[in-house]
Amino acid sequence: MKIKLNIWKQANAKAKGKFERYELDGVDAEMSFLEMLDSLNEKLIKEGKEPVAFEHDCHEAICGCCSLYINGHPHGPGKETATCQVHMRSFKDGDTITVEPWRAKSFPVLKDLMVDRKAFDKLMAAGGFISIDAGQAPDANSVLVGKIDADKAFDAAACIGCGACVAACKNSSAMLFVAAKVSQLALLPQGKVEAKRRALNMVAKMDELGFGSCTNTGACEAECPKGIGIDFIAKLNREYLSASFSEAE
Amino acid sequence: MTKFFTSSIGQKFFMSITGLFLMVFLMVHLTINSLLLFGDGTLFNVAANFMSSNPLMKVVEPILALGFILHIIYAAYITLKNMKARPQGYKVASKTKASWASKNMFILGALIFIFLAIHLANFFWKIKFGTVETTHVEGQELHNVYALVAGLFKGWWWYNVLYMLGAIFLFLHLTHGFWSAFQTIGWNNEKWIRRFKTIGYIYAIIIAGGFAFIPLYFLLKFVV
Amino acid sequence: MSKLDAKIPEGPLAEKWSKYKATQKLVSPNNRKKLDIIVVGTGIAGAPAAASLAEMGYNVKVFCFQDSPRRAHSVAAQGGINAARNNKNDGDSVYRLFYDTIKGGDYRAREANVYRVAEVSSNVIDQLTAQGVPFAREYGGTLANRTFGGVQVSRTNYAQGQTGQQVLLGGYSALKRQVALGKAKMYSRQQMLDVVIIDGKARGIITRNLVTGEIERHAAHCVVLATGGYGTIYYLSTLAVQSNASAAMQAFRKGAFFGNPSFIQIHPTCIPVLNEYQSKLTLMSESLRNDGRIWVPKAEGDKRKPKEIPDEERDYFLERRYPAFGNLVPRDVASRAAKERCDNGFGVGKTGLAVYLDFRDAVAKQGKKVIKNKYGNLFAMYEKITGDSPYETPMMIYPAGHYTMGGLWVDYNLQTTIPGLFAIGEANFSDHGANRLGANSLLQGAADGYFIAPYTVSNYLADEISNKVPSTDSPEFVEAENGVKDNLEKFLSINGTKTATSFHKRLGHIMWTYAGMQRNEEGLKKAQAEIADLKKEFWSDLKIPGKVDEINQELEKASRVADFIDLAALIVTDALNRKESCGAHYREESRTEGGEAMRIDKDYSFVAAWEYQGDDKEPKLHKEELKFENVEVKVRSYK
Repeated sequence: MKIKLNIWKQANAKAKGKFERYELDGVDAEMSFLEMLDSLNEKLIKEGKEPVAFEHDCHEAICGCCSLYINGHPHGPGKETATCQVHMRSFKDGDTITVEPWRAKSFPVLKDLMVDRKAFDKLMAAGGFISIDAGQAPDANSVLVGKIDADKAFDAAACIGCGACVAACKNSSAMLFVAAKVSQLALLPQGKVEAKRRALNMVAKMDELGFGSCTNTGACEAECPKGIGIDFIAKLNREYLSASFSEAE
Repeated sequence: MTKFFTSSIGQKFFMSITGLFLMVFLMVHLTINSLLLFGDGTLFNVAANFMSSNPLMKVVEPILALGFILHIIYAAYITLKNMKARPQGYKVASKTKASWASKNMFILGALIFIFLAIHLANFFWKIKFGTVETTHVEGQELHNVYALVAGLFKGWWWYNVLYMLGAIFLFLHLTHGFWSAFQTIGWNNEKWIRRFKTIGYIYAIIIAGGFAFIPLYFLLKFVV
Repeated sequence: MSKLDAKIPEGPLAEKWSKYKATQKLVSPNNRKKLDIIVVGTGIAGAPAAASLAEMGYNVKVFCFQDSPRRAHSVAAQGGINAARNNKNDGDSVYRLFYDTIKGGDYRAREANVYRVAEVSSNVIDQLTAQGVPFAREYGGTLANRTFGGVQVSRTNYAQGQTGQQVLLGGYSALKRQVALGKAKMYSRQQMLDVVIIDGKARGIITRNLVTGEIERHAAHCVVLATGGYGTIYYLSTLAVQSNASAAMQAFRKGAFFGNPSFIQIHPTCIPVLNEYQSKLTLMSESLRNDGRIWVPKAEGDKRKPKEIPDEERDYFLERRYPAFGNLVPRDVASRAAKERCDNGFGVGKTGLAVYLDFRDAVAKQGKKVIKNKYGNLFAMYEKITGDSPYETPMMIYPAGHYTMGGLWVDYNLQTTIPGLFAIGEANFSDHGANRLGANSLLQGAADGYFIAPYTVSNYLADEISNKVPSTDSPEFVEAENGVKDNLEKFLSINGTKTATSFHKRLGHIMWTYAGMQRNEEGLKKAQAEIADLKKEFWSDLKIPGKVDEINQELEKASRVADFIDLAALIVTDALNRKESCGAHYREESRTEGGEAMRIDKDYSFVAAWEYQGDDKEPKLHKEELKFENVEVKVRSYK
């Protein structure tokens, strides 16, 4: 089939970008979206034109590299889907597809569809860990974790750090990302010890990095490739409030 | 604690607390207003005069005003800050599934605010600082607030429409605001999100339906 | 032919590591802050190594080419991580895990290294749990376990089908903690382009900042490579599309020996190739073989729908050929058996290059809910890609390039033949012999990172206390940087007509055809010639758009493909040299009458360590003889 593409092109972080139009013929319905972009790039290079820079790596919806905003959806159409799992069968012959990078002050564009997500690393460094050195760990079976808590912690821990939540949120809020990490670790006995400090520090860092606040639209949950729910945001609020009222600063 | 007041979650916490407080107020307000529908207005006048002369109300009134002001100021501040979090928007508008109300709370709030200003000018201002005709109930001289209300709604039909519109804005605002308030104070989990959403809808229907029915009632009573 | 010294401590197997730790050289806490370490790669070996070394007090510089350490491809490991904890009371022990690994590796791994990994396996689980990795638990709160191929005990810990992600995030969070504490410094979006050797020791690296294109020099007291495997040599593999062999090849060219390059595991359960544009094959976790049954129709070319084929007309070929292990035979055996069926015309699907993995019986017996609990995310992933639901219709699977047992040769210290240059995790060759057991990769990477490298690196650094970090203005750095710059310029100046990807695809095709699941002398020689031609063409007809000093993904690809081409030649050389079948390396010339792989222990019980002799020159072979004192070397039988 034939596809029309409208893709954001921006030479570098400082440059002013604009949308570029491309037409691509012979698109196979079985192609993944990323393979379609690959074939566009092969074509562009052969024609002596600049290829489109975009990020992808694992193609298994787990690395979180993709950062494509496709036709009004982070990661494109489909529920609980990363871009690598979008196939061209989701589109029709003659469709125009607009591809934009994540848009957020905290995720500046580096080139074309590539954004800088260092802010997430900074959030993790602010408290997304349990302070334990190698060699200090007690026997894993001496810390009993109920199956329900372990499963719930896993649901939160499934976050792939792609930033679709920020991209989807009208406020560019990173609450779902922070909530998932805070909840995962607060649900586990080994993480409870520093749960309060973690919640306070991660939220403070999130505000500092220029992410917006949560207005509970639920857009993040709707677009999260791992289906992480906003009930974790409620948990984060709970953790943060109780920490604020009890933790000495 | 000092950081709490400036943190994003802290600010939202105040939105939530003031919102919940205002929702309680709406309940009380509607309960009294519903008396408009019964009898010749004497009941309503007694209740309205009780509310305005009650010494407790001297304390509650400024708190209520503060609730409104904080809710509005925080809303404006948060909205402005959130807009800054995305300096460049998307070309294709978001197609993400999210309720319209949730994405437009500030606009709805602003519309309600405009309504509120008119509403205050119509009633509160007149009762407080203006001249309202009086009536006598069991020998006591009372403001005839009933006549004020009835007069407004039979004077210009578009007032009736305006009040109904106000109720619709309020309805939309509450469908999101109710469960959202509980979400923000952390009183939520997988199960309760759905429950609060349902309760929120019921609450919004009662409040908005109740407030919308009053102008409709007068419209039907006098016009038809 | 020189002898390689693996520096294995004396003494009984079970005491070697304790003895090493008790007698190794130490660096006092005061001195650690004067010592700098470079760690390249942030997967399940690199992140823990960087974090653990930083925790000890060293100054660690960590490099990854992705935007965040959390994207390293360890993230995609699905099934689990082994530990000899005997949680199920089913006879597991450190020795048993050691034995299974040695046997699974077809007696081509070094006993002492393998035993050490088995020994620390339990500590790894403890450490990860303490970091908040949500391993699956029983209702009583204890660890849950599952079974993996090639073994008869249940020792695999898991977090649904995303174990690698969870385990990696454990290491990543530990690393982030050290970054926050200022002990580790993170350099993301940096591609290593050379290792700098000063006075015979690894003293730093040259990198390219992938955002600005700037070439940077970084110096340290030692360099740890945790740069993963090179399965993408086949172009289509289960690896991430950016996974590469470049760091290993740079070390190789600087004198580090490359061990057993031809030992590449072909994973039996991957989603088959669907179209010609495909850039990646998706792995379906081996854990699926716990409940799924593998079969093809008994009749050749049977085109009926799988559901319409009755049981008596199905050939459950693994259960038939290997009754003791059935569907749980090791990966190499399962892969070859599937290929054998397909080559003989029994394959299914559009291309005939697939076999069924059927959950009908498991769903009937255990219920859909239980199966969903175990494999829900894998089934969902399969359905997203193929459009078929594995609850209803059998999955189609086919083998694909997956894990590389081969890698930089290292001694017991995990040090390469270049002093001060360490290789850990998949980047080294050490623990899996000729074939890796399922759920051992996360184990080995994490064991190296948390509990082995911190000791052995310290042992090395103890002698470096009085040495200062070399100046990055030293002639060795300047020379290395110039070499890197020249090379990059060369790519851009060719200005030919073909893209880097097109060369990679062709290289992958050559390798899959002649150096994939089955190899023979004739094919390998053909591959040698074709690789040489491809190399010539690459260097004369490559086309790279853009410039050096900007984000240039095509340039990144080209530099990786160039290294792959050289590595391919090395792999073929190694495969030609080893005229036996062992583990994943199957030489058609060396098989039993029943078609099973046949090892030739008297001639090939060694590690082939290759030394670089110059561009396009035949590398020099060094042999590390393997001694088996604690296991009886037997024919590996899963019947």
